[in-house]
Amino acid sequence: MSSPRLPGSTGFDGAPTVTLYDEDLPPDNSYAFSPDELEEDEMILNMGPQHPSTHGVLRIELKTDGEIIKDSRPHIGYLHRNFEKHAENIDYQGVIPFTDRMDYVGSMGNSLAYALTVEKLLGITVGERVACIRIITAELQRIASHLLAMGTYGMDIGAFTPFLLCFQQRERVLDLFEWLCGARLLYNYNWVGGVSHDLPDGWTDRCGRFLDEFVPVLDEVDRLLSHNKIFIRRTGDVGIIPPEMARDYALSGPNLRGSGISWDLRRDDPYLGYEDYDFDVITGTGAHGPIGSCWDRYFVRVREMYESVRIVRQALERLPAEGDVRENVPRFIRPSAGEAYCRSEAPRGELGFYIVADQKKPIPYRVKGRSPCFVAMGLFHEITRGEMIADIIAIIGSLDIVLGEIDR
Amino acid sequence: MITRFRQVEMRLMGPLTAIPIVLATVVLVTIAALPFVSAVLSEWIRDAVPAGLQHAVAVTLGTVGFVAVLALNPIYAIWLERKVAAHVQDRLGPMRVGWHGLLQSFADGVKLLFKEDLVPKDADRVLFRLAPMVAIAGAFAAFVVIPWGVRADGAVLAVSNLNIGVLYFIAITSIGALSVLMAGWGSNNKYALYGGMRAAAQMVSYEIPTAILVLVVVAQVGSLSLPEIVAAQAGGFLGISNWLVFQLFPLNLIAFVLFFICGLAETNRTPFDIPEAESELVAGFHTEYSGMRFAFFFLAEYGNMLLISMLAALLFLGGWVGPVGSNPLLLFAKAFGLVVVQMWLRWTLPRLRVDQLMAVCWKYVIPISFFLLVVVAVLKSIL
Repeated sequence: MSSPRLPGSTGFDGAPTVTLYDEDLPPDNSYAFSPDELEEDEMILNMGPQHPSTHGVLRIELKTDGEIIKDSRPHIGYLHRNFEKHAENIDYQGVIPFTDRMDYVGSMGNSLAYALTVEKLLGITVGERVACIRIITAELQRIASHLLAMGTYGMDIGAFTPFLLCFQQRERVLDLFEWLCGARLLYNYNWVGGVSHDLPDGWTDRCGRFLDEFVPVLDEVDRLLSHNKIFIRRTGDVGIIPPEMARDYALSGPNLRGSGISWDLRRDDPYLGYEDYDFDVITGTGAHGPIGSCWDRYFVRVREMYESVRIVRQALERLPAEGDVRENVPRFIRPSAGEAYCRSEAPRGELGFYIVADQKKPIPYRVKGRSPCFVAMGLFHEITRGEMIADIIAIIGSLDIVLGEIDR
Repeated sequence: MITRFRQVEMRLMGPLTAIPIVLATVVLVTIAALPFVSAVLSEWIRDAVPAGLQHAVAVTLGTVGFVAVLALNPIYAIWLERKVAAHVQDRLGPMRVGWHGLLQSFADGVKLLFKEDLVPKDADRVLFRLAPMVAIAGAFAAFVVIPWGVRADGAVLAVSNLNIGVLYFIAITSIGALSVLMAGWGSNNKYALYGGMRAAAQMVSYEIPTAILVLVVVAQVGSLSLPEIVAAQAGGFLGISNWLVFQLFPLNLIAFVLFFICGLAETNRTPFDIPEAESELVAGFHTEYSGMRFAFFFLAEYGNMLLISMLAALLFLGGWVGPVGSNPLLLFAKAFGLVVVQMWLRWTLPRLRVDQLMAVCWKYVIPISFFLLVVVAVLKSIL
């Protein structure tokens, strides 16, 4: 099995291992706004990277006319940590902690996507117990991640209380994870061929108890925030992504479903046996304003949490009592030359890894992450044009970006 | 070293907690006994002070009194706000510094006092330094006309009993908008500028319905004098049925709610806190302020909260008259009740956008206020 992208094959002059650039060249500032192009009454407002509500170190240049946004340019890269290059120097298992640090509020989803890709490359299948545990952790992680999105979104709009109510519940998910694998944020839990720890005794009971107590709290926060008149006025008619635009820009996850397109990899390209689970794919309804508004995207996340609860309940029921979770974990990973792409539905959308393997080498030749947040940033300038300064915050929050995943 | 400091801190904490409690008790007892205190003081002034100076001494004493209340108000109001916020959010709030965190505000105050006095390099130094003073002057000056009660001999307990007190109030609160604009412009910071501009637009807009709603009250009572407005609300069933808010139901109730909303907007409280909108403008007009200048803005904000609540209580809730007769403490209690409502709203509601805020004012609040004024005037002339 050979690929034209592999070294040694004809027509390929290799990926550059060092960036070649001329140090004497002046820095290229053509992307930034220049003060010369401003018309009368216009002003450049620099938002970030230290702004409180850009969800990390995102910097946005805004060309404003009073409160109206004429144009915007996001500058990314402040959190670039060289993940893909690092991955070319570390063995396959060692990449997993790096994937955790991509979307650092949805780590389980990242390592799951990576593990699935390497398993696809190696042709490993995991047992029923591992698949159930992976689904449980992935869905709990989705709940935690959406809780964070919901809480911080409320805070972006100016309501502080839902944030703390959401974080209380998120803490409980993190407690569960801590009991499971010792870490609260970056788990290194999904290994190639299995998971790092089996469920401790009593974990499933506590997980079920959490689900029972979580749903009423979610109802309460939902009542407090989602249908608040001011909240709807702030988000219902703002940041519209029409279905065509969402498809053209290859959005995925809640951002895509918020525009009314029913596309969920758990249903449409199932992995881990998701096809056996009973859950609905939530789409935006345009209940308050045009379809694809900030409110739609926000509310898709809220309702997805209920669906995740359903999935976790089913997974807890069908979890096999016995089974070695490290049964299929390979001692050495030396795949034959080849490539694999595997995608999965992470909390923020389609997270995929593309791995190119070198012949019998213990380290990958190339690892490429397909990050949903990076894709979502691509249409940022389109949907912010003509909105107001306060809407910028609402739009960033509704896209639910994590800069760790954008910059990698 | 740290352990040692902690031990000293713990030992001091118990006795020190007595300070805020004693202070609050003294202030509340003084307010409750204000008619008596004032009678004794005026007796003393009449006897001991030369005739030419009597007025000056009386005004000075009154000013010192209300400035003391206003200076202490934020210390307790901030503590209360943090406690209200905490309990809304299912947590405890300040618990460490003193009993239930009562000393927290004192500690914060000391911290602010010792902070470096920073002025940004490119700021307009004069405006930057002047803005907090103007803010606090505007907030405090309005308290001059607030009557706290009446004595048995009919004298009004106010620093200055203006017969056009309401008009003076409307005029003097406009200074607050000026200070915010000065701070926003003087900071030479784009976020502060946005905050200042928003604040100016917001405060100027909401002054119009405030004035109209005050006129609704004035039209019914037939006087611009706050003591007379309160006197018109005395008596009735349980001492509350004559409160203006219950008259001409539901006209005055609507007027009261609208007045309270305008008050929220004028004091820049959530859901109208767009001038300092933390998630958008970092901190709005006080982005560049720190230390005592920042504290002055805070002092002014909490002063304004108390002011607008007191005025609402005077105009609509019967001021110092109530079920237990007539006492300044009643006014204070009603005002603080409304302050708590303001805090409760702040920790529950999201924030409006700047154009929606203007739309609320110009499309809804002002027309409804005008409608109320016309209806009340017509009803008054018929009845």
